[in-house]
This record gives sequence, structure tokens and C-alpha cells, in this order.
Amino acid sequence: MKFYGEELSSRLFLGTAQYPSPAILQDAIKVSRAEVITVSLRRETTGGTGAAFWDLLRDLGCRILPNTAGCHSVQEAVTTAQMAREIFGTPWIKLEVIGHGDSLQPDVFGLVEAAKILTDDGFQVFPYTTDDLVVGEKLIDAGCEVLMPWGAPIGSGQGLRNPDALRAMRAHFPDVPLVVDAGIGRPSDAAEAMELGMDAVLLNTAVAKAGDPVQMARAMAGAVDAGRDGFQADPMERRDMAVPSTPVLGLAEFGPEFGGEFE
Amino acid sequence: MITIAGGGLAGLSCAYELLRRGARVTVLERAPALGTSSVSRFAGGMLAPWCERESAEEQVVTLGRRAVDWWDQITPVTRRGTLVVAPSRDRAELTRFARRTSAYQEVSGEVVAELEPALAGRFSQGLFFDQEAHLDPRRAVLDLAAKVQELGAEIRLNSEATGPVDLDCTGMAAARPQLRPVRGEMAYLRCPGVDITRTIRLLHPRMPLYLVPRGDGIYMIGATMIESDSNGPVTLRSLMEMLGAAYALSPGFAEAEILETGAGLRPAFPDNLPRLEEAEGRFFLNGLYRHGFLLAPAMAEAAADRLLSGERS
Repeated sequence: MKFYGEELSSRLFLGTAQYPSPAILQDAIKVSRAEVITVSLRRETTGGTGAAFWDLLRDLGCRILPNTAGCHSVQEAVTTAQMAREIFGTPWIKLEVIGHGDSLQPDVFGLVEAAKILTDDGFQVFPYTTDDLVVGEKLIDAGCEVLMPWGAPIGSGQGLRNPDALRAMRAHFPDVPLVVDAGIGRPSDAAEAMELGMDAVLLNTAVAKAGDPVQMARAMAGAVDAGRDGFQADPMERRDMAVPSTPVLGLAEFGPEFGGEFE
Repeated sequence: MITIAGGGLAGLSCAYELLRRGARVTVLERAPALGTSSVSRFAGGMLAPWCERESAEEQVVTLGRRAVDWWDQITPVTRRGTLVVAPSRDRAELTRFARRTSAYQEVSGEVVAELEPALAGRFSQGLFFDQEAHLDPRRAVLDLAAKVQELGAEIRLNSEATGPVDLDCTGMAAARPQLRPVRGEMAYLRCPGVDITRTIRLLHPRMPLYLVPRGDGIYMIGATMIESDSNGPVTLRSLMEMLGAAYALSPGFAEAEILETGAGLRPAFPDNLPRLEEAEGRFFLNGLYRHGFLLAPAMAEAAADRLLSGERS
């Protein structure tokens, strides 16, 4: 699987916020086998630097995908992206432009505008977007080579609220890497996204806020693998009626002479 | 004679435990006055091991459960428990908190109102941790220093540790490997119109907010946890979150005066647990993170035992 020309073998991207401790975060990332981790710049800095925490993340040897979490305007997001490029030395940026404080729904107009500014400036943008096809097209026009549609609102753990829209997205963008970002709560949600043919899932809270984040990270890794295998294996179609899985022809007949009781 | 570098919460707690074991102790503090440069002045002063277990290791409970009795010998401790509530839209947070913790009673809205009439009608359920307590951190550090001096220790102010030191309790200044700062922000409010008598935690998906009464209508609210080395003034966003939480607890806080805001850097190791380490010919007690008052007693006991057993590698 390639994202902006980078070959990745893991289809699980993991966020790094809200873990009980950096030690648990490190263990969770290791067992998840994630190769891409997201890092929020805004909440981790407040004027100073998060140098010590970032060093911990760098030590993991994962590819870092900085994000613009919590940015509510194009200008804010662009400035944060530029800071992130300087600090982490990567052109990758997960672009979030939040449109609504309560639902944390993306402002898709600001998102397209910021994506254009950033790709023109040499960034490789991973836009956090809705499952709207037209917005997806505008983001591709703006230079994005990856789309990250939501499954459900950030941190809600509701799973995939609109699988049909994601299926339509898959059909509409057959060659664009699609990453379900936000809303994954349980391993079954991650597996469902992968079964729909998504290329990867990005999650954070589901692991960080689990009672045992390390065990949940392992579960998510297994679910992503299972979902991907399931998609590739071409699952059977659903049917309304039962179909016996054992053959009904050629069964031995047991008449009365064998002790069977027939009327 | 045992020399301790750092006259903050950790250094003074260790001095106290060493003195109780009959040692002679000198404490070197670089600040000109006690308690002024210690990060503990921004602490909540909660002695709440069961609530902290929500996001901390079991060790925080095992090491912290005796802290209430320890501090009771030194400074006034308010034993009224902790009440945990959540706005109705964040009810799931209460369920989650209950699953991760123990030693609480689930209480109805009526019981919430009986415990804290100021919260009547605002929360339909809560969790009550009746064994928990709190203290006033600024007073506690001064009381501890007075006790230590009474027991014969010398506390030298304006003193950088230049010579040999037996125990280093200088927090971030010790620059131990893997030690990192975690910024915390807090505010003091005065609001005589609202009468709350115990620690309240308001659950919220973004940050755990708490309010600790200091008496005379004064309340401390905190605290953010930000991976940053800045100890600059509180940001607007953090202050808004904290003030919003106070207002959500009781609209009476609208009339509160904001007496003070502040930010400090908690020293923390990657597992967010404290460590007693031996290196460079001395011991280091560090990494108390957000559990200073809770874990200092147990860590000080361990440090005193190690220092006096003469067991050095």
C-alpha cells in the first residue's frame, strides 16, 4: 500500500493523544505494528515545545504524521502545518479544519482552501473530510492524493454511521487511498471499514481510552488484518433464506428394517 | 549528616522521614523563600488514590492509600471524600470512570444534593469516594518545613547544591534521563456565594477537571495536562475550559473573582510513576508527576530506608 509514494505494510494508523502514560503509548504502538502515528501540535505545546514527548515518539521509529487538530480556520491550520513541517521534518500533514465546536465536523470549504494552499507549498496532505463525494473530488483537484473520510464524529466511538456512503466513496475513487479517520470505537468497526475496501483506518481514542490500551491496540491490529483479508477474499453475498451447508442429495435412507420408525 | 538538594515537597518529605529515623539532615533550597519555587504550589492537594486510578497504575493506590494519615500528623487534612459528577451529555464518562475505579458508592441526584446542596438539581447521579481527602498544598509545605525544623534539620535558603549531596529532590532541574515536563494550569477563585465542602471532579472527555475548596469561599480549579516545557502564563483556551467547568458545576461561580492563575511543570517519567534512583554517587527522588502529595509520603519512607541502610551500589 502506497501513500504519497511511501510503501507501508501496516494498514493501522494510530494517534498518540490521551494515553494514561507515554510508556503505555509506546507499548500500544509496538503491539499494534502501526507504521504511521499522528501527533497533535496544538494541544501539546502552548508556547513552549513538547520536545521531551516528541523525542519519545521519534524513538519508536514510526513515520510521524503531524496533524492540525483543533484548528478552526484556514490560517490557523496552515500555520500549524508549517510549524509541524519544521519540527518533524516531514511534508506529510493530516489536515483538520474544524467547522463546529460540538460535533467537531470538518469545515469542508476551509478544508479545500487550506489543502490547496498546502499542496502548492509542497505539503503532502491527508485531509480529514466527510464522506461527501463532491468534497472528495475538490480535495483531489486541490492536489490531495489521499482522502480520510470520517466514520463518525471524532472521539464518539460510534463506528461507521454511514457505511453506504463509504462504499460509494470506494466505488467513486477506486484508485485513491482511503483512510477511515474518526469514529472507530471497537475492533468490529475497524474490521467493517476494511471489509468495505478502505485502505487503512486511523484511530486514537478507542485505544487510548480503553481499560487496557495495549490489549486494545493488539485487537485493532488483528481486526484490521481480518477485515482486509475478508475484503480481498471476496465475501459471499447475503441471502434472505437459509441454505444448508451440508449436502441434501445422496443421504442414506434408514427404513424400518434398520430399526428406524416410520409411520 | 545527610544533605538533601531541593526543599520542595519531595525534599522536605524525605527530610521528615530521615529525621524520624534519627538522622541529622540539611536541606539546600535555591529559592529565597520556602514553597515559592516548588511546583507543588500549583497542586490541587487531593489525596485521592482511588479516583487517580482511573488513568494511573495500581501502584498509585497501593502507595497512596496511607497518605491521608501521614499528612494528618503534619497539616490540617479535610476528610470529606471526593464527589465525581458528569453533565448529562457526558454520562458515558461516568460509566467509564466507575469501571476503572473502586471504593466508591454510586449516588443518586438526591444524595448529590444532600452531600453538596450547591449542586442540587444539576446532576442526576454521581460517584462518592468517601475515603478520600484533601489538604491545602501551600500551607502543607510550610507546615512540613516547620515540622522538619522543629525536629532539628537545617534548611538553607538561597543555596545551590555545589558540594556533595546524598539525595537530590530538585525536580526538573535534576535533568534525569527520560524525565519530561508535563505542564499543568490552574486558577484560584473566590466565591463566597457558592458553598462546596469537598473535592468535586467534573468528568469531561477533553480533560479531567477538579475543584478543591480552600475554605473562606476560596476554590482551586485545575488542571490541564499538556506535553510542553513552557511554564508561561495560562492560555485563554485552558482558562476557558476550567472556568467553564466551574460554571457547569454551579452557575453561582459566575460571580467568582479570579484571584490567581498559574502554570507549573510536573516532572514525570514515561510510566508517570515516581522513581528512587541511584546515580552519580547520590540518590534521586523524582517524577512525582501529578501525585506529589499522594505519593511523597511512601516515596520518602522508601528513600529514608535506602539512605540509612547504607546499601549503595
